[in-house]
Amino acid sequence: MIIDSTVMSDLFLVTLACFSAGAFGALITAGSPTLARIVAHGGALAGATAAFAFGLGGLAGGSMQLNVADLLPIGGAAFGVDRLSAFFIVVIALGAIPAALYAIGYTREYAGKHSLAAMGFTFNVFVAAMILVALARNLLTFLALWEIMSLASYFLVITEHERKETLGAGWIYFVMTHAGFAALFLGFLLLARATGTMAFADWSAAAAKLEPSSRNLIFILLAVGFGSKAGVIPLHIWLPRAHPAAPSHVSALMSGVMIKLGVYGLVRVAFDWLGVGPLWWGASVLIVGAVSAVLGVLYALVDADLKRLLAYSSVENIGIILLGLAAAMLFRGSNSPELAALALVAALYHTLNHAAFKSLLFMGAGAVLHATHTRNMEELGGLIKHMPQTAVFFLVGSLAIAALPPFNGFISEWLTLQSLLLSFQISAHTVNLIFALGVAALALTSGLAAACFVRAFGITFLALPRSEAAANACEVAWTMRAAMALLALTCVVLGVAPSLTLTPLEMTVFDLTGGHADMRFDWNGLVTNDGFGWVAPLWIALGLVVFLVGIPVALRLLGANQRRRNYETWGCGRALQTARFEYTATAFANPFKRVFALLYRPVKQLDIEFHPESRYFVRTITYYNEGRIIFEDALYRPLLRVIQALARAARVLQSGNVHTYLVYILIALVALLILTV
Amino acid sequence: MVTEIAITLAQLLVVMFGSPLLVGVIRKAKARLQGRRGAGIFQPYADIRKLLLKELVISENTSWIFRFTPYLVATTMLLSALIVPVLTTRTPLGFMGNIIVLMYLFLLGTFFLALAGLDAGSAFGGMGSSREVAIAALAEPTVVIAIFGLALRAGTTSLDGIITRFAAEPLLMLNAGHLLAFIAFFIVALAENGRLPVDNPATHLELTMIHEAMILEYSGRNLAMVEWAAGMKLFLFLTLLSNLFFPWGVALNNAPAALFTALLALATKLLLFAAAIALVETAVAKLRLFRVPELLAGSFTVALLAVVTSFFIK
Repeated sequence: MIIDSTVMSDLFLVTLACFSAGAFGALITAGSPTLARIVAHGGALAGATAAFAFGLGGLAGGSMQLNVADLLPIGGAAFGVDRLSAFFIVVIALGAIPAALYAIGYTREYAGKHSLAAMGFTFNVFVAAMILVALARNLLTFLALWEIMSLASYFLVITEHERKETLGAGWIYFVMTHAGFAALFLGFLLLARATGTMAFADWSAAAAKLEPSSRNLIFILLAVGFGSKAGVIPLHIWLPRAHPAAPSHVSALMSGVMIKLGVYGLVRVAFDWLGVGPLWWGASVLIVGAVSAVLGVLYALVDADLKRLLAYSSVENIGIILLGLAAAMLFRGSNSPELAALALVAALYHTLNHAAFKSLLFMGAGAVLHATHTRNMEELGGLIKHMPQTAVFFLVGSLAIAALPPFNGFISEWLTLQSLLLSFQISAHTVNLIFALGVAALALTSGLAAACFVRAFGITFLALPRSEAAANACEVAWTMRAAMALLALTCVVLGVAPSLTLTPLEMTVFDLTGGHADMRFDWNGLVTNDGFGWVAPLWIALGLVVFLVGIPVALRLLGANQRRRNYETWGCGRALQTARFEYTATAFANPFKRVFALLYRPVKQLDIEFHPESRYFVRTITYYNEGRIIFEDALYRPLLRVIQALARAARVLQSGNVHTYLVYILIALVALLILTV
Repeated sequence: MVTEIAITLAQLLVVMFGSPLLVGVIRKAKARLQGRRGAGIFQPYADIRKLLLKELVISENTSWIFRFTPYLVATTMLLSALIVPVLTTRTPLGFMGNIIVLMYLFLLGTFFLALAGLDAGSAFGGMGSSREVAIAALAEPTVVIAIFGLALRAGTTSLDGIITRFAAEPLLMLNAGHLLAFIAFFIVALAENGRLPVDNPATHLELTMIHEAMILEYSGRNLAMVEWAAGMKLFLFLTLLSNLFFPWGVALNNAPAALFTALLALATKLLLFAAAIALVETAVAKLRLFRVPELLAGSFTVALLAVVTSFFIK
């Protein structure tokens, strides 16, 4: 089915119109915070919905061409759509629709403290820029929109600018995103010069004829640029700072959607712009992915800040996506297009799934923050009784992200693992061993992620509340719950009916790899490589339901005792049961801290203040157990020192003397004249 | 259709009713090795019956998670019983998943048990949960790499595919990689099921228990479900070890005679494994908690060696 291109253009224009209406409507209604909140996010909701339809149209084969010649120099602003762009539009819309809905309720709290008009305006610009980035078809269009997207998200991150740590987080984000931009800019310019064109469409044909050395350099620069946006280790340091600092609906969009545009860029680089590269490209992406996945989840596992935990887990999931992407690159380099297509399907499926469950989890964390005003898990607990619906949504998100059946994370992780395991079909021992590393890393990651989300859900929502604020929490506004319900439903549907996603994905990766993914699927299930592995998620879900209903009924029929008595928790005969006897988030993570002590470098300190009369009476006990982030110590501090030293050296030039500056100008002018002659 | 239903039911019944017997046999063998008489091998049935007839005592702090978990854990095990080729490679519902799906189903049960451990708000439960998920997480790479080792030689990750292949070409198993993968998988089976030297199923000593600490708050029919599910998990793990690594006797078709032979073969193999476990549990002491990662790292290395040998020795 080919969608008419006028329909596509109309949808595109409707999308832009809705976002513009939301953005400028917010500015016009700035006088009334309530109105601005509803107009801005209502506009974004409509725009994202139109974009969703546009994305589906694109996946169904609809095309669109749009050039606005006067907007930008050299080629104008060019937009177009192919299946890969359309797929990412769907991912963006899937995150943006619930985020806009959620924001209607969530931003109520900002009224009177921050300008809702400015927030709403920036939110619309941010979402629209993300959509346009995926549609950009030449260099300048892409870079301009990429920068607008980064700046809009920066302004949203520093919404709560009265907090010092928010500004610090914003600053690190600002610096890192521009370092990434510089790498992209350089890579793009080199590519444009080498190929002699700025239009994306001409690159793949021209890039194949490039010198290997310049192609490698371009690959590294673009991979660093897109990798820093995706948040891969070691370029991730902005992510665990900026995502928690932003308002929660923005965190959801940044973690669920924006970092995926880094993945979009990497897919474009590896499968479109640069053509088939040497094996070490894939191998290095695989190693970076494995490191990001394992370290990301390990840092998430010990963090007590609920939103920072989720941010670190985004680093982990980007790692998992990169494992699939790297496998696809390696398979393609080894002339196995069918397996390459399978691995790329896995990577893109996980991209979609992560958008759904990470947005859901960030919104759940936002709901907790909204209700208790704290993100510190050590002050939470027992929320399942006060916020029962939010608890269910967060649980669904946790199960999905822990890759447990029958939720969506399971299918994509299973597919990724399948494609890594199929690597034995390539007969090259080095490649095989690299794949084995990826398999082990993915397995360790999924085990640790389950532990991480037992902790995140269990400590936050179960047992007794650990603070007054948690004890008095109550359920959040219906718009916020509706947004979470929508995403929870998405997690279930994407999990039990993978054929919904696999059908368009199969076509998308066929366009990129030229191979039909090595799998068969229908409503009943999914088979890889002609019987290498299979899974039937719908049947598993059905089986779960049948047994979950059947067992209690059977027990009743068998005459099991149905009486029930509520009593206090066993506490070794303690007279009093309080939340202070509970296991804390820190204690829960302690086995991991000890096992991976090499990585965390935990600093432990125990301060006990005794009663002056007797050491048998303790007044206070203070226990510190801080981990260190080795990347910041080992990589960024030396780098910062070098930059500072260079800056100090450069200061010599800045004498403040006008005569000296005139001499500089003269020298520069003469130098330029000599160069041009 | 009738055969399919009959086989599905037979698989379920063997796992449901075989598992308490397996637990009873291990306990009996252990008692005899330690010079005790021990309870009869049918004692676990009596225990489950007793628990089903007792009233529930539930902590006031708990939520629906605590009450839901026993059913979910039992459900994951029953669902796994439909996937694992217990008697035959032609399991009617085996299409639901391969060996990796199976491992994730087990992880689903562990996930909820760990949540339930936290739910009552006792320090024991939290401690048990934290340690249980730590061990489960660290065992995961070994499991998957050992599976990789098997898949390399069998050319598939489907359970019946592996068995069929090995049954057809037994020489494939005459390989260092096969032995190494078996050792790794056996260690992981001990760790995943809370057996010595990782955890002691017979202890209620406060600070050493792991699994038992996690389920400390359970009583009545909930405890019956949890204990029974733990038995089924052990049964399924040992069945996997028996049938994947020693595929002799597993029915390759669904003729009644073949199924009967399969049942006998399975019983024999499980008996041997029960004896092995009793022997291990009598001979070795429980490891300190923070030595367990070393054991699991060791088993991971063995599994990785299994994979590497398979790459180089075809």
